[in-house]
Amino acid sequence: MEIKKTAMAGTLESSDAQVTVEPGNGTVELELSSSVMNQYGRQIKETVLATLERLEVDNAKITVVDKGALDCTLAARIECAVFRSCDKADKDIPWGGMIR
Amino acid sequence: MKNAVGRDIPEELLVNGKEVYQGKNYLDGKYIQKVGPKTRRYEKPQESKIVDSLAQALRDCGAKSGMTFSFHHHLRDGDYVVNMVMKAAIEELGLEDLTIAATSLGSAHDPIADYIEQGKVIGIQTSGIRGRMGEVVSAGKLKTPAIIRSHGGRPRAIEAGEVHIDIAFVAAPTSDCVGNCRGIGGKSDCGSMGYAMTDAKYADHVVVVTDCLVDFPNYPASVEAIDVDAVVVVDSIGNPKKIASAAARISQNPRDLMMAEDVARVIASTPYFKEGFSFQTGVGGPSLAANLFLEKLMDERNIKMGWAIGGICGPMVELLKKGKVGKVIDVQDFDLDAVHSINQTPNHFEMSASQYANPANKGAFVNKLDFVVLAALEIDTDFNVNVLTGSDGVLRGAPGGHPDTAAGSKVCIIVTPLTRGRMATVCEHVVTVTTPGDCVDVLVTDYGIAVNPLRPDLIECLDKAGIKHVSIESLKEKAYSLVGRPDDLQWEDKVVAVLEARDGTILDVVKKIKPYKL
Amino acid sequence: MIPRPKPQKDRLRRTMMFMNAQKPGLIKDAYIYGCDSIMLDLEDAVAENQKDSARFSLYHALKTIDYGDTEVIVRINGLDTPHWQEDIRVCVAGGADGIRIAKCESAQDVITVEKAVEAAEEEFGVEKGRTLLMAALESPKGILNAYEICAASDRMLGVAISGGDFRKCMQTKPTRDGIDMVTARGMMLIAARAAGVQCFDTVFTDLDDEEGFRAEVQQNKAMGFDGKSLINPKQIRYVHEVFAPTEKEIIQAEQMVSAFRENAAKGLGVFTVNGKMVDIAFIPGAERTLRLAKACGLYEGDLV
Repeated sequence: MEIKKTAMAGTLESSDAQVTVEPGNGTVELELSSSVMNQYGRQIKETVLATLERLEVDNAKITVVDKGALDCTLAARIECAVFRSCDKADKDIPWGGMIR
Repeated sequence: MKNAVGRDIPEELLVNGKEVYQGKNYLDGKYIQKVGPKTRRYEKPQESKIVDSLAQALRDCGAKSGMTFSFHHHLRDGDYVVNMVMKAAIEELGLEDLTIAATSLGSAHDPIADYIEQGKVIGIQTSGIRGRMGEVVSAGKLKTPAIIRSHGGRPRAIEAGEVHIDIAFVAAPTSDCVGNCRGIGGKSDCGSMGYAMTDAKYADHVVVVTDCLVDFPNYPASVEAIDVDAVVVVDSIGNPKKIASAAARISQNPRDLMMAEDVARVIASTPYFKEGFSFQTGVGGPSLAANLFLEKLMDERNIKMGWAIGGICGPMVELLKKGKVGKVIDVQDFDLDAVHSINQTPNHFEMSASQYANPANKGAFVNKLDFVVLAALEIDTDFNVNVLTGSDGVLRGAPGGHPDTAAGSKVCIIVTPLTRGRMATVCEHVVTVTTPGDCVDVLVTDYGIAVNPLRPDLIECLDKAGIKHVSIESLKEKAYSLVGRPDDLQWEDKVVAVLEARDGTILDVVKKIKPYKL
Repeated sequence: MIPRPKPQKDRLRRTMMFMNAQKPGLIKDAYIYGCDSIMLDLEDAVAENQKDSARFSLYHALKTIDYGDTEVIVRINGLDTPHWQEDIRVCVAGGADGIRIAKCESAQDVITVEKAVEAAEEEFGVEKGRTLLMAALESPKGILNAYEICAASDRMLGVAISGGDFRKCMQTKPTRDGIDMVTARGMMLIAARAAGVQCFDTVFTDLDDEEGFRAEVQQNKAMGFDGKSLINPKQIRYVHEVFAPTEKEIIQAEQMVSAFRENAAKGLGVFTVNGKMVDIAFIPGAERTLRLAKACGLYEGDLV
């Protein structure tokens, strides 16, 4: 998917993550901060990159402010932000396809 | 050298007779030589010990670079006194190389972090460390490793001369002109002053800092004039709002309540739950809520609690007033209900830190406890508990009386949710061992109860009562299945804090954490 | 992916607890409190501009969280909103056990939802008929049409009254004795029983009024409700206590069921238990009592 405009999803509440996506400069650029960085930073990064790959996003700046979200929450927030940036978040979501 | 909880203790720390932790009650029956302070005689009749300023008091007490100053933490996060004294010592007297020996330190003491970074404060001895101080110590900026002791370990170390207090500063809600101090009657009341008592007896000099001077004699006194060199009157010793909360309310969080009820059921399943039993609980959500359910079970069985100890707050005072507990013996107060009750409500008494928890004296209250209910940041599959370091390896907690009550009690129950956010509370190895697993008996979580295999008697009790329990390994696996298996923290070699077991042996060390790179 | 067993229409539903589908901290393990069903809410709990986000969150929750024996129902947005079709798609794709239709007023509403569910089952390769439905009656019209609503689809597991909106329509407020809703509750119960589906009472929102809550739960039980919607886990325990069968009821049910099974093996349809005539018509009720007893931890036998 092509990131068309800046979009955000999620909150800064505990167990959640706030994800912002912006149009990129040709690559995926990740800015990550996390309340559990030392123990889970690597896994969070993997989840973020794997989710973007699944969404076929290869040109984006993505900012994740993680407050201890589980992987399933991270994925949901990233997906929502990406779909919002394409104005496609409201209907006909490919559940079980690109979203899985 | 590996100790009894499997922690590698660097050899260079094992000097001057220091040993590694060998298991609980290892030093039972051994003798210690208590030390005495060198104190000044005040033979001449005197009108008053009031001096103009902290700086003057420091000078009068012969303050020099390299000294150790002690403080007590009854003013909790509202305390102004530590910062005031250190500022006078460092900025007015120009002292250096100072050591702070506090019963605990918190975020109220953030400014001290600057003195650590400047190299003016070179040593910290405390039961708790949080906020910026925890961060700078964890970053390796303190010249010598911080020494972390339990509330019982501290008076033990003082009496044995392992800590020599040059000047003890006693923050006193009220004092008279010669230094009889009480924790009530002023504008910054804290109730019990139990942690200041040992300090005052063993320090070479004692300075009372108060914001409410009262008529002589301020009696019954918590710290007595016979130990006090000087009294300094300041505008305010602390922020009352942060010293004691209005009233500790029992949690309404359904998760806390669910766990609290399980705690009470576990307690009631044991033979120690009988007329006259003794009890201590923390003030954390589920620990405090256990009071509520315990009361119901006491009513059902028609039994009363004999006595309760600890940091005390309103719900326990309520039980005392209702006649459901015989005596409350109190080393610290957490809310105004408790502050206003101590020495006022019949059978609500004050005690010193040594009476409370010192393992080297001849009858600490903790050693007669039936039950203690405690929280944990982490607990591992050997039942070792961490209440000191966060999941990032940074100092941000306090062993407090945790290790003392766990070791002394017949049944030590840890209550904690299985996960907090993405942190697995039940884990393979805790970051730092602050309470050894051989002192912990039962773990209650929101996902199930586990009993330490060292206590087959308790396993039988739970089985008989039909209380389901599982292995702690299965709880750990459940936690990891929810949040993922954490990566190991990456440490440098430098030791930033040494954690003493309550008997003075070395339980664990905290090293400098490596900066995290993705 | 956590495979969930096929939803059962007549399972035990004493307690159905609402949870905001948008709150990760809440939905991750709502099952630990032991309610029979959790109701993940896409409707009122989710702000209008977060409906999309809640669906992504719901999808992953349904796919990754092991809810065990707890039933998972999703409350979708009303048919008068632009959200309900996508809500249904995500519920079916994620494998929710059931869908709660908000503000249901007619059999047609049920049929409209059923069609969309069927299309979604087709689209996502979900077994046809797997996804159950229930309807929330929130208006006088919904109550008056309760029977046709209950009978509108084979997927219907039950109906629930929604007190907040209903009272607004009726211009009433909650009363201690429940007089404000007694007629509606009664009409809905009769309709549900006539159609052979379950019936659930509304939430009790004043968490500090324990006495009022208890009175309402007791009335629910006396009126014949199968269960109650809840907003806080601390309400679960009491509902389960009140809805638990008595020891006498359990023993009687056990005797009936075991006698029936023995006699059925011998080909007898009518027999006596403790001198009382019993036939097959008593058996589903007795089995229900035993299942209830088992869920309440009062029965450990193997008849159910």
